[in-house]
Amino acid sequence: MVPTHYYLILGAALFTIGVIGVLTRRNIMIILMSIELMMNAVNINLMAFSDRLQQVTGQVFAIFVITVAAAEAAVGLGIVIAMFKNKETMNINEIDLMKW
Amino acid sequence: MNIPPVNISSILPAAVLSIVGIAVMVAEPFVDRSKKTLLGWLALAGVMAAMLAIYPMSENRGQWYSNLWIVDDYNIFFHVIFLLIAGITILTSLDFLEREEINHPEFYSLLLFATAGMLMMSGANELIMVFIGLEVLSIATYVLAGFRRTDLKSNESALKYFLLGSFSSAFFLYGVALVFGATGSTNLIEIAEALRSSSLQITLVYLAAALMLIALCFKVAVAPFHIWTPDVYEGAPTPVTGFMSVGPKAAGFAVFIRVFMTAFPQIQDRWISIIWMVAALTMILGNVIAVSQTNIKRMLAYSSIAHAGYIAVAFASGSRRGVSAALFYMLAYALTNLGAFAVVTILSRSEDKLTNISDYAGLAAKRPGLAALLTIFLLSLAGIPGTAGFSGKFFIFRSSVESGLLSLTVIGVITTVVSFYYYLYIVVQMYMREPGEEFSDLRVPASLKIALLIAAIGTLYLGLLPTRVLDWSTTAALTALR
Repeated sequence: MVPTHYYLILGAALFTIGVIGVLTRRNIMIILMSIELMMNAVNINLMAFSDRLQQVTGQVFAIFVITVAAAEAAVGLGIVIAMFKNKETMNINEIDLMKW
Repeated sequence: MNIPPVNISSILPAAVLSIVGIAVMVAEPFVDRSKKTLLGWLALAGVMAAMLAIYPMSENRGQWYSNLWIVDDYNIFFHVIFLLIAGITILTSLDFLEREEINHPEFYSLLLFATAGMLMMSGANELIMVFIGLEVLSIATYVLAGFRRTDLKSNESALKYFLLGSFSSAFFLYGVALVFGATGSTNLIEIAEALRSSSLQITLVYLAAALMLIALCFKVAVAPFHIWTPDVYEGAPTPVTGFMSVGPKAAGFAVFIRVFMTAFPQIQDRWISIIWMVAALTMILGNVIAVSQTNIKRMLAYSSIAHAGYIAVAFASGSRRGVSAALFYMLAYALTNLGAFAVVTILSRSEDKLTNISDYAGLAAKRPGLAALLTIFLLSLAGIPGTAGFSGKFFIFRSSVESGLLSLTVIGVITTVVSFYYYLYIVVQMYMREPGEEFSDLRVPASLKIALLIAAIGTLYLGLLPTRVLDWSTTAALTALR
């Protein structure tokens, strides 16, 4: 049996990778994927805690997170496509009409 | 296995909004292109019905649905604020959408869903519920921000809001997961009980509270997490900017106060000092940067950051008086700011032309009524006695002085004086400069007249006779601080 803290370390590592991805990558799609990675890191944590505490709340929450993340991804892609029609770029640095 | 009792009346307002929102969407294809505005009025009727539905809800106090949902005065107070915001925003949008040729009734559906999300947030008694409410609100608002699909600025606004919003949601979730791991529950009251017993990993709770604090600071746009605000507010369609500057902000604070006051009172000495710093920084940055703005939407965005700072001052006092002042201020600020944005909506042209402050020169000579209304709203935002903004700021600073936050109060008062400059600068432009623009082709449709009337009456009522609402907000604060 794998100890709980292994899962927590995995979750923390994935979350950190996601945060670094959002902060450093310049491609919109990769930023979106990094955000998804962060959400799923949270799911791993929830499942690990749920197993350790023998409580089903964490698993229910994880299902809600998956559902909401799907809705969010759909809206996010829609926004990216709407923008792409007006300006053909995927680089976040070129989306700079408004500053300061 | 026992199934928890179903009590529809305790969630009636949110249910009404969701059903009307779906009805608007379903009816949309069957309505003639020229009559799409009718669906806007249907949405408005839905908001009014939800307002009436508060009454049966208020008779079902207590916790419902496996303690997911709580009906108390705090929740009811926020229901009134949110439904007022939704109503005024719909009234402001009716003519705007037609004029901008983006008259898609989905706008009203999204607005209703966003409002339903806010209602869920104010009544949440459980972190799962908080998260769902937050996301229902956020996802609908992302789309609203990008509603002018062919306008690159609107796209950019939606994209920035989406990326930073979902980024901060992930932080919130991580915090929730850690709280669940440390205390074994996501129920706010059970978390507080678990914290009272000492046998848990308090470091984990600190980390979780810090992550949730960061995420909520993002949502209410306080410094240093405010960077997205001006860009998002400038690019979004004007009525949506008005909505975003009051709705999600008030909902964010509703959750902020509820979660931290109910679940984390045991570690209050830790987070209250962070709120202190956030409040000071927000008031200084918001007010100082607003001075140099030339676009009125951007200026009002910085001003909304500054106002979040004032609410954070009330929150930092951590007392019943403080929470009551914060609630009062949110109502006062919502009415005032929506009024100001309604005037900006009337004056702006397609593609956001005429939203520079210099375009307002000589408005008083051409349109004295509009100029007078905008002056009332700006004076209220600045906090001149006799307006809602003054009573709100007075109650906030009174509570912070009582809690011994003298230096924070001094910062608040000084930055308020700074804010006089940029609010009164617009008044000076309107009354003392030569007209540069012809405002003769402006029309003020009935819907906007009603919106302006509600906002102006509310602003003056809360300014001149604040006691009644204050008593109510005090009762509401009492239930939030169990």
